[in-house]
Formats: sequence, structure tokens, C-alpha cells
Amino acid sequence: MDAIGEILLTSWPAALAIGIVGYIAYLLYKVIGASALDRTKLSLQLAPLFCTIGTFLVWELLCKAFAVSTFVLPAPSDIGLAIWQFRRQIGFHSFHTAWMTLAGFGLAVAFGIALGLLLGASRFFYAGFYPLLVGFNSIPKVAVVPILVIWFGVGWLPAVLTAFMISFFPIVVNVATGLATIEPETEDVLKALGASKLQIMTKVGIPRSMPYFFGSLKVAITLAYVGSVIAEYNASRYGIGNLMARASADFNVPLLFAALIALAILGVAMYMATVWLENRMTGWAQRSSFAAT
Amino acid sequence: MRPFVELTGVSHTYATGGTLAVDGLDIRVNEGEFAAVVGPSGCGKSTLMKLATGLQFPQAGAVVVDGQEVRDPVKIAGMAFQAPTLLPWRTTLENLMLPLEIVEPHRSRLRRHKAEYVAKAEALLESVGLKGAGSKFPWQLSGGMQQRASLCRALIHEPKLLMLDEPFGALDAFTREELWCVIRDLHARMAGSLTVILVTHDLREAVFLADRIFCMSSRPGKIIAEREVAFPRPRDLEITYTSAFSDIVHDLRGRIAHARSTA
Repeated sequence: MDAIGEILLTSWPAALAIGIVGYIAYLLYKVIGASALDRTKLSLQLAPLFCTIGTFLVWELLCKAFAVSTFVLPAPSDIGLAIWQFRRQIGFHSFHTAWMTLAGFGLAVAFGIALGLLLGASRFFYAGFYPLLVGFNSIPKVAVVPILVIWFGVGWLPAVLTAFMISFFPIVVNVATGLATIEPETEDVLKALGASKLQIMTKVGIPRSMPYFFGSLKVAITLAYVGSVIAEYNASRYGIGNLMARASADFNVPLLFAALIALAILGVAMYMATVWLENRMTGWAQRSSFAAT
Repeated sequence: MRPFVELTGVSHTYATGGTLAVDGLDIRVNEGEFAAVVGPSGCGKSTLMKLATGLQFPQAGAVVVDGQEVRDPVKIAGMAFQAPTLLPWRTTLENLMLPLEIVEPHRSRLRRHKAEYVAKAEALLESVGLKGAGSKFPWQLSGGMQQRASLCRALIHEPKLLMLDEPFGALDAFTREELWCVIRDLHARMAGSLTVILVTHDLREAVFLADRIFCMSSRPGKIIAEREVAFPRPRDLEITYTSAFSDIVHDLRGRIAHARSTA
């Protein structure tokens, strides 16, 4: 285990770079091999790559053209060097950020589904809890971190809890909405068959709210991520947030930017994972929206 | 023939103190009969449907279905609406099986006799011209096909009462006439054991399909006329072009127009 960890820590940027280059090569190969008709479609897949690389190129050129100091705005090449130089630290802290985010996100999913089902099934609780939820959601979670530190001390728990608190709201709202907006006709069909409230929920309400739920995961995962980084920044010895806090204390601007890039990569990866999950679980909803147009 | 659905002096309003949706309805539909309720839009036709299936309870008067006063949603009814209301995450066949997952005795038999029920559902699909469409999702079917599937779902658990709320309202004229024949044949096959109440604003549809037609006035809905349609069954679509047919349609139209002008 340790040996694998060691290899991962020292060579992850190289593996990432090889992966990206390999993916580009694969796409290019497919575009070249494709018929003219498919080519436009396939080149759309290349568009994100071109635009991303283009943006970084412009950034690089501007930094070089105006001789911007790395202390103000490092060029992408400087950031790349910093990533390589600090790869062990970035890898180590990214790992901690990732698991703390996922733990908080997992809690938010479990709690969000439970509360969402309750609110969606009962108009009383929906009306009753909604103002409370909106109020809670309006509290900047940065303000809650010190309280968590008083309760649990500096460590992983404040980060997990912050990620949880910041991300459950959209899940609750979406699950509840899916349940509360069953078409009255569908409900009539089932009631006329003698279906119980529970049967209407399990046969129609819950499957119906699934697209809303998976849609909300995309929002929730990015929020959870913000939450854990905020907490790490203030109250942890691990995580990218903590790495950034120390880098900024040292005025190590290239490392700060390297950490930002690591955050962005991690964020995109987590977002893509939820999108993949959404497509897999509720493909019917997306296909039907295409069919309707 | 015994009356199957009987509304006596039924009045209903949705909000306390609000205007009446229906007022003093008297309706008798015999067992096995095909009844149609026609009237201008907003006359409380859908309220009538909800009252007859126990989804709403009248403020005054009595609703008796199959010899029993309605106090809960009646469990012997199948319903179809203008929107097909099929569940998009289920295939057409799975949509058809939905009532079987709820209504006894099918519910407790379903798991062990799955093959038997699937065969039944497929036979039903075939009888409405949807052979082989069971594995498709509803949104892969055309509007008319979805409505056929919706009719099948309303009939799969062999209800004694079929309630149709403008089921063909959203379809084009050709598809609509096709589905008239589908529903005519389904009713004929049940030979007297299936009572149908069709709510519609299409007078030709009502005259072609129904044995008995009730005309409602605009809100608050009252029955202003009741007439029997004596064309022999099975009826061919051609009868809709005979003068006897147009006379009935014309007569009904006159009564509804009169009700609208005096309201």
C-alpha cells in the first residue's frame, strides 16, 4: 500500500499529463478516421480542449509580453513548474480534500434525501420547514467554522461538517420539488385504483424526483467542495485549503496558483463523476426531453 | 338492467362558499352501458368524473356505484385522460402492469404469475394495434399510440367502470376516429360487463360511441337533456355520415347552444 501511495504521490502530474495527451491523441485519431458527416460532431468533442489550451496560451503570452512578475501573476509555465516541484504536497493534500468533500457530500445526500422525502410527502412540513431551511442556507458557512472548531477542535470533522452543511440544501429542495409536483391526473389514476399515499410515493413520486435529485448532485458536489476547502483554510492541518493558507503566509504565489489548479482539476473530476452518474441513472428523463422537441 | 352509476341530486363546490361546480345532478347509467357526458368547457364534466370515482365527495346528494354509496375512491374503476399520463421511466409494458401492482387480487399474485400477466398485457396491446410496442418507452411512441397504451392501462385490471375524460381531445381527426373504433371494440368485447362514462365536448364522438348521452349546462353544471342513441351495434364509422346521425348531433348542439345563451 505504501509503495503504491509513494508512486502516486511522486508521479501523479506525469500520469495526468500522459492521460490528457493520450485522450487528445485518441480524439484526433477518431476525427481523422471519421467520415465527413461525423467529423463536425466529433470536432465538438475537441472544442473544450482547444478552448482550454487556447486560454492558457493567451495567459502565458500576456504574462511574457508584459513581463508580469511571478509574484503578481505567474504564467502557466511557472505554475506547471510549481505543480511539479510541490507535487508530493499537492497530491497529499488533494487526497485529504477529496475524501473530506466526499464524506460531507455523502452525509448531505443521505440527509437531503430523507428530509426531501419528508417535505415532499407532507404539505405541513413543507410549509413549516421551508423558511427555516432558507434561513439556515443564508448563513455564510465561513461563520460556522469557528463554532465547529470550538466543538470538535482542529481536524477533519469541521471540514466534513462544513461540506455537509453547505451542500444538503439543493438536494432537499430538489427531492421535495420532484415529489410535490406529481401531475394531478397521474395521482387520480392511481387513487382510482385504490392506491395508498405510500404506493403513490414509491410508484410515482420517488422515480419522478430522481432527475431532480441527480441534477441537484451537480450543484451539491461543487458546494461541498467549497465547504471543505473553506474549513481546511481555517481549521485543519490537511487539505488543499490548508496548503493554500500556508502558501499565502509564505508569499509563495506560484504554489498558491498550483493549488488552485489542483482544486480546479479535482472539482472538474468530481463534477464529471456526478454527471456520469446522472446520465446513467436517469437517462429516460434526458432522452424524453429530446424526444419532446 | 340495473343502474350501475347513480347520482341523485348531487351538488359540489371546491372551495367553501365558492360557486357551485355542479348543481343538482341526476344521472343514471345502467350496467354495461356506454354513456357520454357532453357540454361546454368548464361545465363541471371533470367534477362529475371525480365524483363518480370517489376522488371527490359531494356536498349534497348521493353517489352510488355498483349498489354501494361511494365513500372512498372506488377500486373498480379505470381512468384515462386527455394527457396519456404514462410514466416515462417505465416501458409501455411496465406502464400497463402498474394497476396490477396496486389492485388486489392481482397485486399478491403478480410475482408468481408474472408470465401470465405479461401475456395478458401483450394481448391487450395487440388488440389496440400496439403489437410489439411493449418494450418501447412511452416517449418513443406517437401521441395516438400513447393514448392507446393509456387505454390499455385503464383496462388491464378488468375494471367494471371505465372513466374517460376527453381521452381523444389532443389527437388529430384521423387518429381520433381510429381510436373511437378501438374503444368501441374494447367495449363490445366486454359484452355488458364494462360500463363506460365518456366525458367529451365532441358531439360526433358522443353520438358515435354512446348508448346514452347527457348534456350539461355551463357552470354550475346541470343536466339539461338526456337522450338515448339507438343505432344498432356494432356501429361502423360510415354511420357518422348518415342523416339520422347528423340529426342527433344537430339536436344536441341546439340544446347546448340554447343552454349557453340562457346562462
